Amino acid sequence: MTNSNQALSTAEKVNQSLQKRYRAEKRFKAYGIGAIAFGLLCLVVLFTDIISKGHSAFFQTYVKLEITFDPVEMGLDDPSDTKQLAMADFDSIIRNALKEQFPEASGRRDRRALYAIVSNGASFTLREQLKDDPALLNQTVSVWMLADDDIDTYVKNREDADGETFAGRISEKQMGWVNTLIENNQIESRFNTTFFSSGDSREPEQAGILGALMGSLLTLFVTILLSFPIGVAAAVYLEEYAPQNKFTDFIEVNINNLAAVPSIIFGLLGLAIFIGFFEMQRSLPLVGGLVLTLMTLPTIIISSRAAIKAVPPSVRDAALGLGASKMQMVLHHVIPLAMPGMLTGAIIGFAQALGETAPLLMIGMVAFVVDIPGAITDPSTALPVQIFLWSDSPERAFVERTSAAIMVLLAVLISMNTLAIWLRRRLERRW
Amino acid sequence: MQAVNTPIQKNEKLNANTNGTDQKKTSTDEMNNSAAKVGKTVGKPFATNPKMTMRNVDVFYGDKQAIHDVSLDIGKNEVVAMIGPSGCGKSTFLRCLNRMNDTIEICQVKGEIKLEEMDVYHPKQDVVPLRARVGIVFQKPNPFPKSIYDNVAYGPRIHGLVERKTDLDEIVEKSLRRASLWEEVKDRLHAPGTGLSGGQQQRLCIARTIAVSPEVILMDEPCSALDPIATAKIEELITELSEKFTIAIVTHSMQQAARVSHRTAYFHMGKLVEVNDTKRVFTNPEHELTEAYITGRFG
Repeated sequence: MTNSNQALSTAEKVNQSLQKRYRAEKRFKAYGIGAIAFGLLCLVVLFTDIISKGHSAFFQTYVKLEITFDPVEMGLDDPSDTKQLAMADFDSIIRNALKEQFPEASGRRDRRALYAIVSNGASFTLREQLKDDPALLNQTVSVWMLADDDIDTYVKNREDADGETFAGRISEKQMGWVNTLIENNQIESRFNTTFFSSGDSREPEQAGILGALMGSLLTLFVTILLSFPIGVAAAVYLEEYAPQNKFTDFIEVNINNLAAVPSIIFGLLGLAIFIGFFEMQRSLPLVGGLVLTLMTLPTIIISSRAAIKAVPPSVRDAALGLGASKMQMVLHHVIPLAMPGMLTGAIIGFAQALGETAPLLMIGMVAFVVDIPGAITDPSTALPVQIFLWSDSPERAFVERTSAAIMVLLAVLISMNTLAIWLRRRLERRW
Repeated sequence: MQAVNTPIQKNEKLNANTNGTDQKKTSTDEMNNSAAKVGKTVGKPFATNPKMTMRNVDVFYGDKQAIHDVSLDIGKNEVVAMIGPSGCGKSTFLRCLNRMNDTIEICQVKGEIKLEEMDVYHPKQDVVPLRARVGIVFQKPNPFPKSIYDNVAYGPRIHGLVERKTDLDEIVEKSLRRASLWEEVKDRLHAPGTGLSGGQQQRLCIARTIAVSPEVILMDEPCSALDPIATAKIEELITELSEKFTIAIVTHSMQQAARVSHRTAYFHMGKLVEVNDTKRVFTNPEHELTEAYITGRFG
């Protein structure tokens, strides 16, 4: 300054560059906002797509018919006899009801088309009804029954798509009959309880998500039960007790590498060890849970170690200074303080496990399972595998069910995360 | 307290006189050259009625020796202050007394440290009973993220000192009273200890330490994170506590050492230079390094 008047003072230089800095800062912020906006946009597109495709799966078309429980036609005279009930021909009385309403349908082909309006699962509904109320025998009552998936698709879609009628896979004649039924108020759309209360089926109108959901929950149960305690124990040992030497370094490198191993490799490992060597059965949530435990452990160990590292050393010193043993220090102070962090890591691991498909394919959880599993040793499938299976099915009605299954999976994930956040809030303590 | 007032004033004067820039410039050189001047500990490192005795203690961090051949006694109900420039090893030495250095893997202690009959570094000596007898208060207040009550009750609980809840209540109240914190917190015993002010937190830590009824309390710069008012309270407390406990305190503040301690030990680059009655150290130090330090020529 003193040497030359042309030289600018520091304050002037700072002022000159100030505008540039502000612009740079604004740009920097804009990048961040842009990134978040892009993420949100993708999320919105994803959700709109899934919900627009899947929402119709929550409703199911029902057909009302005047059913006569004719004992001769059914070949049944005592409804209280379970054996007779099981053998009874309920399909024929449904056919009779349809024939009666649409007598114009004659000839084999027309008849078959007519009978296809009602789902072949409807006979089970009638059986249950008769079992509950044996007095129905010889009587004529109106019964709401499941419509076939093609009819369901037609009824749901006939009005949209620019006024053009959408037929789907049904014939002109079937369309006429269905329209008649609609005019007679014999067709109704109801909440699809079947979807939430039954297992898989080849018939879309009878297929449900409960089997896969139970399979997923049982698998996850095994995973949580095994991987969280083992992971936390491993992390505590490595952080608090393990001596610093080559061997622990080796273990650490391996754990970090395992976290990056593709999940299908864990599936192969499970296939070789649990099914091949220990001769467990295929398709069991137990085996699935074991495989997913192997997959989740590295994630849990790494995040738990980070959480334990983050516990301030002053708290350890305080406990040790009072004469707490190492175990007391760990149990009373380190683990409670690290718990929120451990839970966060664990929940990420469990969410990953819940959405995992590849390793489950390897151990046979991709099977077609109709029965709803009630134990970890019942064959079952899992939600993501069920989604995969349905997305592969040719029936149009499975498209909406696939999206609906995705929604169920997302709902489970969201509720799991909510639970995790709630737990974390509860356990979080400030220091 | 009254007795040590004069030396402080003198000390402050000395500080004022020597704050000139010339001396500041040379202080590092002087400190480095001074290492050679440290010979045997001068003054009176031994007590007639010792609670803790340290003989020929060497401490190593890996290859680096942090403490060289220190011998010192801490007498019963005595307050011994340890002063010295940063990095002189006074905290390291203090932490040897209840083996807090065990948490540092590369730290090695040689020599003999005894708490009355107990050999502190005997290979078979468990640290738990040792630390129950020798408590420690740290530089930064570090209450547990628990309630005030649980903080104080933690020690008695883990050592199983009480069986009934009423006894525990009694210990908590007594400890808090002794740490002169009771009046301030008696209505919120179940509020988190971390919600207190810095000075209160440090007194809570002292209450937590004395709840175990240790024989010796180690204090590692207990006031360095506190403001002057909180410091004054803690200093008052130390004087009161010395009636019942034996106290070793590390401090950076010479005034504090002068105010609270009976004897003062001056450490220099890992060696114990001088131990004398506090009054003597601050008025008429025996060793030239001690004099250089207390007059502010380095440190």
